[in-house]
Amino acid sequence: MANVTSTAAEPERLQLLRVLGPAHIWALGVGIVLVGEYMGWNFSVGKGGMIAGLIACWVAGLLYTCVAMIDSEVTSTVAAAGGQYAQAKHIVGPLMAFNVGLFLVMAYTMLEAANAITVGFLLDTVAGLQGHTGLNQQPFIILAIMFLAWLNYRGVLATLTFNLVITAIAFLAIITLFISVQFGASNVPLDFSAITSDPLPYGWVGIVASLHFGLWYYLGIEGTCQAAEEVRSPARSLPYGTMAGIMTLLIAATMTWYVCSGLIPWEYLGQAGTPLFDAARVTGSTSLMILLFVGTTFATLASANGCINDASRAWFSMGRDRYLPSWFGAVHPVYRTPYRSIVFLVPIALIFALGAPLDQVVTFSILSGLLGYTFMTFNMVMFRNKWPLDTIKRGYVHPFHPLPTIVLLILCSTAYFAVFLGYGTQLSAMMCFYIVASLWFHFRRYQFVRRGDQFTMPWPKPVGY
Amino acid sequence: MAYKPPKQGLAGQIFDVVTLLVLTIGALYIPLYLGLAGAVKVPNPIANPTWEALGQNAAEQQQWAALGITDPAAANDIITARFDYSFSWSALIVMAVLVIGYFVMVVRLSDREYREVIEERFGDKKR
Repeated sequence: MANVTSTAAEPERLQLLRVLGPAHIWALGVGIVLVGEYMGWNFSVGKGGMIAGLIACWVAGLLYTCVAMIDSEVTSTVAAAGGQYAQAKHIVGPLMAFNVGLFLVMAYTMLEAANAITVGFLLDTVAGLQGHTGLNQQPFIILAIMFLAWLNYRGVLATLTFNLVITAIAFLAIITLFISVQFGASNVPLDFSAITSDPLPYGWVGIVASLHFGLWYYLGIEGTCQAAEEVRSPARSLPYGTMAGIMTLLIAATMTWYVCSGLIPWEYLGQAGTPLFDAARVTGSTSLMILLFVGTTFATLASANGCINDASRAWFSMGRDRYLPSWFGAVHPVYRTPYRSIVFLVPIALIFALGAPLDQVVTFSILSGLLGYTFMTFNMVMFRNKWPLDTIKRGYVHPFHPLPTIVLLILCSTAYFAVFLGYGTQLSAMMCFYIVASLWFHFRRYQFVRRGDQFTMPWPKPVGY
Repeated sequence: MAYKPPKQGLAGQIFDVVTLLVLTIGALYIPLYLGLAGAVKVPNPIANPTWEALGQNAAEQQQWAALGITDPAAANDIITARFDYSFSWSALIVMAVLVIGYFVMVVRLSDREYREVIEERFGDKKR
């Protein structure tokens, strides 16, 4: 419970509590992302077929392994709230940091909205199975977001401990389904005949297109470093929690593809709202259905919970640095949480959850994430160039540099093309948004920013400046 | 000498937040309202559909039944729907210019701001 009081330099400023360990970091990362196995990933099967869905799963896994490697090095060195936002501030500059902050807020708020939509859809499906059709989903969407925002408002330790428990249950549900099906618990056999009878319904372009939603398997794992200021030992906990998280997700993603592709016709799977729950339905086992209902509910709640945590930290950090009105940079006097940011983002999440289709919301979240991963590539190169390995102490040094950076850039470029195939308008609208927002920041908002305060790390002057 | 930012009043703070909100919501909803959002998956239903004609084997028929769809006509649209991946090269080039141009612009303007930050933070000190 260290560091709960103000610093000597700024006696009035409250700090976030340093109470989290590696398990919480794992729970934050996996908790946000595990919902990607419960919904959304299957649209990649719809965009390219069964094989394309599996290839997208592994290629996206490679992309996120690069992200985790790069992020672990930079985050273990720039351990500050806001994660990649703080990295951009110290390595690239304020405008890039503002953009990265927006990437994070948009990606997580959209993901939160997608989770709430899924909760509503799942309850509607279950109500339909019980003979109660036409359930009004909106109260459940509102309730889910409001409850989790309240939990976040009350404190980070309780929030992430809650996440740890429900994430573990959701993960165990996937493993249980996988093992049960392997041991014959399903009334309907696994069938992978579509791999040979209809291997690539869209040809090779389908494989590229499917990468769009393949990202959804892992989107948000980089959120682990949002809690950098609340971790007891950032240099150890952040790389350990992040890498453990990506390994967990790779295993869960492959098992999910296997079970769902074997139990659900790919044409249905490609447009399903809750694929793992649907797979449990196909088995005919009531206990598996209940388990996967609980798993889906917990995964969506854990994800939304983590998203509120991360989006509010990014918004809070920008407010604290005056990239946004400083009113948002306040810490609650009792709970030590960024309460104004948490409350402010609630209606935004609701606007998207109540008014936009799931695939649109998912696409906007993916696009913001993708822009963030693109930033990581040149951020990593600039980090090594401005502070070579022997100039500052790093908590973790990732191997094979610059190979992960090059691979990440190639995969990001491919993913842009994948999104363009079918969702080009959204991509263009998103880019226009970020361009206008950047000009607004540079020519208007930046005047309120204290220059020297943007560099707080105890590092030497960067090389070349 | 350190840069002293002007103090922003309440009205200015509200204006800035509203500006960002309008931009954010507009980015998602304008394509939706204009009907330009989302990939259209077009069904190509076949006449007199049977499970066999729809390419579904015995195991897949069982799976459809377990999902609550026993009539092949009800699955006709789902099974036959396909995305259209044809695209215009000019649209692709516009997208590439937007993405690359955006990052170039942000990095260049950031660098200008970053030099001010480093200048103020380090001054003439040699660390």
